[in-house]
Amino acid sequence: MFIEVKNLSKIYNDYLAVNKINFQIEKNKTIGLLGPNGCGKTTTIGMLLGLVSPTRGEIIIENKNINIFKRDEILKRFNFASPYVELPKKLTVRQNLEIYGRLYGISDLDERINEISKDLDIKNFFERKTGELSSGQKNRVSLAKSLINKPEILLLDEPTASLDPDIGDFIRSYIQEYKIKNKVTILLASHNMSEVERLCDSVIMMRKGKIIDKGTCEQLIKKHGRDNLEETFLKLARSKDEF
Amino acid sequence: MNFNKIYALGLRHLYLIMNSFPRILDLIYWPTVQIFLWGFISKFFTLSSDYYSNTVGIILTAAILYDFLFRASISFNMMFLEEIWSRNFTNLFIAPIKIREIIAALTITAIIRTLIGLVPAVLIAIPLFGVSVLKLGLPLIFLLISLYLFGITLGLLVTSGLLRYGPSFENIAWASLFFLAPLGCIYYPIEILPDFLQIIAKMLPLVHIFEEMRNILMTETVNFTNILKSIIISMIYFCFGVIVFYISYFGAKKRGTLINMGE
Repeated sequence: MFIEVKNLSKIYNDYLAVNKINFQIEKNKTIGLLGPNGCGKTTTIGMLLGLVSPTRGEIIIENKNINIFKRDEILKRFNFASPYVELPKKLTVRQNLEIYGRLYGISDLDERINEISKDLDIKNFFERKTGELSSGQKNRVSLAKSLINKPEILLLDEPTASLDPDIGDFIRSYIQEYKIKNKVTILLASHNMSEVERLCDSVIMMRKGKIIDKGTCEQLIKKHGRDNLEETFLKLARSKDEF
Repeated sequence: MNFNKIYALGLRHLYLIMNSFPRILDLIYWPTVQIFLWGFISKFFTLSSDYYSNTVGIILTAAILYDFLFRASISFNMMFLEEIWSRNFTNLFIAPIKIREIIAALTITAIIRTLIGLVPAVLIAIPLFGVSVLKLGLPLIFLLISLYLFGITLGLLVTSGLLRYGPSFENIAWASLFFLAPLGCIYYPIEILPDFLQIIAKMLPLVHIFEEMRNILMTETVNFTNILKSIIISMIYFCFGVIVFYISYFGAKKRGTLINMGE
């Protein structure tokens, strides 16, 4: 197994944000992390990225506890994109990609920037300041930053939030294509169920810090007797504490 | 230490300065205003009383050195705050850069920001008031090193507070140096302070730096013990600052504040 999360918990003061969660991710698979706001998705992502230290439990990458890796060694295998995390607004798109390329130690940086900017269609606003871009453009730049190091593990937090349907579809198609061409394991947190159905091999449903169900989209829809993932999500999110 | 990564993080802040002319102007503006203000005040004292003769050089040199300390500290804080304001904090802390490389990058870039602001002010003081900090000679380098180390230490302590308490700690960033200024004996000798405050003041490198500056300008002799003392004290504070920064970083990981800093 590529990534194993064992009994992972996070307690902030008295608040139990994540409660003994267990899941595994196979290499080059895409896993959807679903759940209502405040269910512990962001904290789980934070723990995987090393931004939050777990109160209990383990994160294991290729049979090794994440803690035995040096911070910079493990982080160069990861990357992350979220519309809630931005790049420096006063720097141009090119400058931002150059800086992050250098921080990730990319050897053929110009070539990589060129390649990724062509793929994500960001060349025409390359010299504009990131803060001046539309949310759709910013989103593509943020995705470009998250792929600059060709990460083995990519964490995406609502990558198409607040985008118009056209740009949203462009991003989803790009991720889909990128997955086929590159070896990447993706953990995708999203509230867009059609996006999850389209991109994810399986899904983890969280509620109140716990994993309440997991499986492929088809399995979950069938198990809960619903017509689609959205209805399944609503059923699970609104259910009492029977899980 | 990976110097490419240190360079990359430094470049992020240099691009920020280079992309904005008002930002460069802002860096130069305040030290220059400071020099004008102190220059004219001390000139007035010189003209008004024999007692104050020859004080322009001492006061203005003190103002320049104090501004160097102030700019170094503020530059360090500002670069950290920039990451919070631009909501880039998470991106930075998930990049494969060691914490000591972040500290090194901010420390090195802070000197560039400081010099952009201070060099024009220093040059203006020469023709306008006939005062040059270069009159301090070779010891000036050691005094600046000591001031810089202490300025960066204050920057480290404030950024540790930002990590611990979040952006609400921002106001402390501006107030930190004004709090220490009276004890630093920048414009007056240590004897002016009450006895109990003298004991505290001697624990700061500032007293030794500014006492030595006055000694060099007034007696034209150098007391290397004062300089050495100031550097050693600054080094001790710097190490303390680094430790506090690491403690705050691990504390922030525990509290989960790194993930939503700036929101």
